[in-house]
Amino acid sequence: MAENKEKILEVKNLEVTFKNGKKEFVAVQDANFDLYEGETFSLVGESGSGKTTIGRAILRINPTSKGEILYKGKKINGKLDKETDRWVIRNIQMVFQDPAASLNERATIDYIVSEGLSNFHMYHSDAERHQKVVDALKSVGLLEEHASRYPHEFSGGQRQRIGIARAMVMEPKLLIADEPISALDVSIRAQVLNLLKKFQRETGLTILFIAHDLSVVRYISDRIAVIHKGRIVEMASTQELFKNPLHPYTQSLLSAVPMPDPQIEKNKKLLIYSGMEEDSKTDPRSWQEVLPGHYIYANESEMVEYRNKVTL
Amino acid sequence: MEKKVLLSAKEVEVQFQVRSRVLTAIRRVSLDLLEDETIAIVGESGSGKSVFTKTFTGMLDTNGKVTHGEILFEGEDLLKIKNDQGWEKIRGKKIATVFQDPMTSLNPVKTIGSQISEVIIKHQGKSKEEAKKMAVELMERVGIANAAERYDEYPFMYSGGMRQRIVIAIALACRPKILICDEPTTALDVTIQAQIVQLIKDLSQEYGFTTVYITHDLGVVANVADKVAVMYAGQIVEYGTVEEIFYDPRHPYTWGLLSSLPQLGIKGEDLYAIPGTPPSLFDVIQGDAFAPRNPYAMKIDFEEEPPMFQISETHFAKTWLLDPRAPKVEPPKAIRNLHERILQMIRPEGGYYGGE
Repeated sequence: MAENKEKILEVKNLEVTFKNGKKEFVAVQDANFDLYEGETFSLVGESGSGKTTIGRAILRINPTSKGEILYKGKKINGKLDKETDRWVIRNIQMVFQDPAASLNERATIDYIVSEGLSNFHMYHSDAERHQKVVDALKSVGLLEEHASRYPHEFSGGQRQRIGIARAMVMEPKLLIADEPISALDVSIRAQVLNLLKKFQRETGLTILFIAHDLSVVRYISDRIAVIHKGRIVEMASTQELFKNPLHPYTQSLLSAVPMPDPQIEKNKKLLIYSGMEEDSKTDPRSWQEVLPGHYIYANESEMVEYRNKVTL
Repeated sequence: MEKKVLLSAKEVEVQFQVRSRVLTAIRRVSLDLLEDETIAIVGESGSGKSVFTKTFTGMLDTNGKVTHGEILFEGEDLLKIKNDQGWEKIRGKKIATVFQDPMTSLNPVKTIGSQISEVIIKHQGKSKEEAKKMAVELMERVGIANAAERYDEYPFMYSGGMRQRIVIAIALACRPKILICDEPTTALDVTIQAQIVQLIKDLSQEYGFTTVYITHDLGVVANVADKVAVMYAGQIVEYGTVEEIFYDPRHPYTWGLLSSLPQLGIKGEDLYAIPGTPPSLFDVIQGDAFAPRNPYAMKIDFEEEPPMFQISETHFAKTWLLDPRAPKVEPPKAIRNLHERILQMIRPEGGYYGGE
């Protein structure tokens, strides 16, 4: 389905390294994936897996140490000229996990939502700017009068909607949503997920969704990449990944999803993944395709095993 | 077999003084905790689930007061306790609490080991050496590898999941009768969450304590609970065995909570979201507190508070829909035949778990 669509973002052999004095820590190694226009692509993994780092590398908050990130065919990591820089900021927006920490608490909602607009002179008159803010607020289910208020006057779910309004007012092509619902109550989660889906339907937005919970991801995404300790270990369409979860880490994530069914929950066995031995000399692992569109990080002997397990 | 009642809260009402206004956080809630049983209290933030259980250990914020009711525990009304000396015999010793954020419950400048043995020395009167031995055993029991070596490490050297295991070890050091787990896994990854939930379950059987599990996530409840109490706007609106709550829920709020779970979401369709927001508890609530958000609300819902209707020996719900005069309403489609639907999701071809 995704093949005939245009690639909006390409991540090639991406590596991100953090330096602390002389110590180096590789947070992301050899990440490869593409985003197609209009799809929702999810990066799933536990804290410390590097999923957020990838999102931040795309936005150039974290510098990359190897590899390339291409947006619409143009390289956007490393040093950029000013024009490209602004072009990227304009088109790629982010929604953060903690809605309380990501809004300036001393600014009004009007200012928060329109800051990007003024940076890019996206209006001709102040009335037009205000109208854009009001439209953005209305599109996330808030009211015009909310524009003059401050973040602390809102609940967690409302603040997250302000974060989404701030991103969407820029009319971005790509939205990076970093755990946008983890800090919210279950009933509010549903509202925020529906909202993201609505924007995607209306504007053809591409979403990179970062999460630790496969149950949310199953519902929202077209394709999923599972990341463990800085390395993407499995990637497939949502349907395929849930049908044929091959990597033991993917299986452990699936077994951890709490199901709202006492009979099933009380008999379930948790699969715990504690890492695999790496035999890098005789049989090194690499990024391989098991089925069309279904990739896995495996060596030759594991591939034989995986191929046998696959059900079509 | 009839289980013994361990703690009985009757008509508890809690009010907070906020500036010059009064907020009624808990509105006459009654609940029995039975021996060797896990009860889950479920609700949105602000529903009063934490505040209610804090009355069991006298840990309400200073502007809060229990203004009505009694809490009977071992023949004593806990609400008659007036000072911290009185509470010391109960808090931690008989009723222990595990909080959401393990970093704030641990002292960052003391070693992990000393924080556990300190509790053993204080409450069980053991010598230093004995306490250390017991602490290491406890650490092993809650799943810390190389416990003896890690005894002298500090909290910052532990991961979030391991810190929560230590908090559980400290809570268990006094062999409490009741363990209150207040959103113990909300700050943790799903894989770690599943392990901590399993640990609490195993320990409660081994040590024989009653668990009160507070959460906003019904998914977790299915795993841990024997009984479930659903709270809304400071009241328990539905109470029953875990099977009754999941397979035969009766309150529209419980329906809403269940239907909004992303696990049950169908791709391409909107998730069900409960409309509106909970009522302000500063105001006097007229009728059923859930009525403005309830798609099935009738005229009476806005006028008169519904009583607790009894559905079975163990199942109660506070909604006018159960009145014999009310029209018959079916629960939403998404949660009818829940078990069959989920079985379909986890069949190998439909896939949810992978593995077996």
